[in-house]
Amino acid sequence: MKICVLVKQVPDAAVAKRIDPSTSRLDRSGETNLNPFDTHAIEAAMQLKEGGAIAVEEVVAVTMGPENAVRALHKAVSLGADRSVHLCDDGLVGSDVAATGYALAKVLEREKPDLVLLGQQSDDGECYTIGAVVADHLQMPSLTQVIKIDVEDGNLRCERQAEYGYDTVSVQIPAVISVGDAINEPRYPSLKAIMGAKKKPLDALGSADAGIDAAMVGADGSRVSCGDFKSPPAKGSGTIIEDEDTNETVEKIVAWLDERKLI
Amino acid sequence: MSDILVYVLHYEGKLNKNSLGAVSEGARLAAELGGQCHAVVVGSDDLTDALCATVGDWGATKCFRAKGPEGLAQPVVDVMAKVIDDNGHAYALFGGGLLGFEIGAGLAARKHAGVTMEVTAVRAENGELIAERPILQDSQISESRYRGGLGVIIARLNAFEPKQTGGTAEVVDVDVEYSPWSTRATMIGRGEQRGEDINIEDADVLIAGGRGLGAAEGFKLAEDLAAAMGGAVAATRAVVDAGWYPYSTQIGQTGKTVAPKLYLAAGISGAIQHKVGMQGSENIVAINKDANAPIFEFCDLGIVGDLNKILPKLTEAVKAKKAG
Ligand SMILES: Cc1cc2nc3c(=O)[nH]c(=O)nc-3n(C[C@H](O)[C@H](O)[C@H](O)COP(=O)(O)OP(=O)(O)OC[C@H]3O[C@@H](n4cnc5c(N)ncnc54)[C@H](O)[C@@H]3O)c2cc1C
Ligand SMILES: Nc1ncnc2c1ncn2[C@@H]1O[C@H](COP(=O)(O)O)[C@@H](O)[C@H]1O
Repeated sequence: MKICVLVKQVPDAAVAKRIDPSTSRLDRSGETNLNPFDTHAIEAAMQLKEGGAIAVEEVVAVTMGPENAVRALHKAVSLGADRSVHLCDDGLVGSDVAATGYALAKVLEREKPDLVLLGQQSDDGECYTIGAVVADHLQMPSLTQVIKIDVEDGNLRCERQAEYGYDTVSVQIPAVISVGDAINEPRYPSLKAIMGAKKKPLDALGSADAGIDAAMVGADGSRVSCGDFKSPPAKGSGTIIEDEDTNETVEKIVAWLDERKLI
Repeated sequence: MSDILVYVLHYEGKLNKNSLGAVSEGARLAAELGGQCHAVVVGSDDLTDALCATVGDWGATKCFRAKGPEGLAQPVVDVMAKVIDDNGHAYALFGGGLLGFEIGAGLAARKHAGVTMEVTAVRAENGELIAERPILQDSQISESRYRGGLGVIIARLNAFEPKQTGGTAEVVDVDVEYSPWSTRATMIGRGEQRGEDINIEDADVLIAGGRGLGAAEGFKLAEDLAAAMGGAVAATRAVVDAGWYPYSTQIGQTGKTVAPKLYLAAGISGAIQHKVGMQGSENIVAINKDANAPIFEFCDLGIVGDLNKILPKLTEAVKAKKAG
């Protein structure tokens, strides 16, 4: 089977994220990194490949993003992907969730994967939804937030937590599965893998190469527009104590609780 | 057309409270747009006429009912796409919850619609709906405007209160031919409760533990403090998924919603999906060693420090205080 893993380049966790007032989009000028949630998807692909319950011939990392998104692909390859695909086109700038999912689905159609894996959320957009959009375009069954995948008679037996407890769902392949962060503990890349990552094949595609209808993507092709940013109502900020002397800290906590008659 | 279609989730013959909140909100908005609010349900025999008609009590005038598998998103996308094609709804609205995200996104793909998730407020303006979504860890609120055809709105958990109006809805059966891919996922087991059944909803004091407790054994620290305070222990999804603590104690989007007098969070980052289940607590205390943890943005008392040092001493101090 062939697995495609969707990965995204996002602002590094250490960078305070903000909206760039001139574009009304996320300021991506600072340090960026592979979306941490996607490392779980790559790891899940590697565990399927190494697990032996089903033969995995190839793991391909796929991203849509600006020039510097190749770094996410290099990282994905250093974590085990065999090669990668980069969709990059000025016409894609400003795409909303539905447009991004459509564009990614067009790239995936070329790859014809048996399984598409992705992370539970992007650390910047936090939409939790790309998987469901991609699946509808690819006409594949799909499930999000999966924390266990077992191969059983060629189908995927998936577990996840939903609104009423844990669900177990059998999914036929080809399928689109987004994985929760509890599914595994991602490995660290070896130095050798990091050094070798840039030598692995990387396909760079524009929208036309992927057969993307330009009217369906970009800010103009998106059916929702976000803007008019405002700050949430100011909440009286709480008291913060740095714990230096724990006995003293505990005294303060007890006094605080006592004042409010909570003890 | 300015009708709004709301997906109503149900489980074992009971309608989901968040879905009903969305129906109430849908009814309010539809009235402003000069349209109606309709509900849609998908399931088997437990969707009786009587149960379906009760959505009217929250303001829906019709309840579209389709026979189909429960607990999976894609069949519902098929149903909603058909209902919308046949009736021309302008918006689809979902209460918070996992399925709402999946169905809403699938529907947006199918209908080439705009979609906004984690919505906390919606207003009608010039015959259109505008949805507000907090972004970037709730530091900003962004407004979504829709264009062309359908607009999909997925609310954040507990964003809308169910309001009973005393009406009843007309039940309309819908025949749907499911897409082949919608039937290629099948539910084997639904709603499994992992671990003990512990009642935390009635506790005035909750000591909640997260990944910062380090291991299942770490919960001893939380249990000791809870015992000293006369409270119960709650947990995050991260530790429940890891098998450290029972699902029945989980707070948040796919767990319980609580509002105790005191919520003490130890080793919890304060992710949105956790916050939505506890932000109504009267007093929130957080202990976390990372000064940048989001929980410090919405707690009343925050302690930046190592819980392994603080919790044992706090437990002793509480005991001493109570004894004294
Ligand atoms: C669709 C969906 C539904 C979800 N539903 C829920 C839900 O219902 N409930 C829920 O809780 N989550 C839910 N989540 C998950 C949520 O996004 C977070 O991943 C989760 O709440 C994090 O749990 P945590 O705070 O225990 O772990 P982490 O985010 O890993 O935080 C651990 C914290 O502990 C601190 N820490 C570590 N060691 C120490 C120490 N020694 N002393 C003090 N502090 C320490 C760290 O600084 C860190 O801030 C959901 C996510 C999604 C996408
Ligand atoms: N531009 C993108 N390119 C590739 N994958 C993406 C992109 N955006 C989101 N994804 C994938 O979709 C998942 C969920 O993202 P989101 O729906 O934005 O929260 C991420 O974890 C990625 O795996």
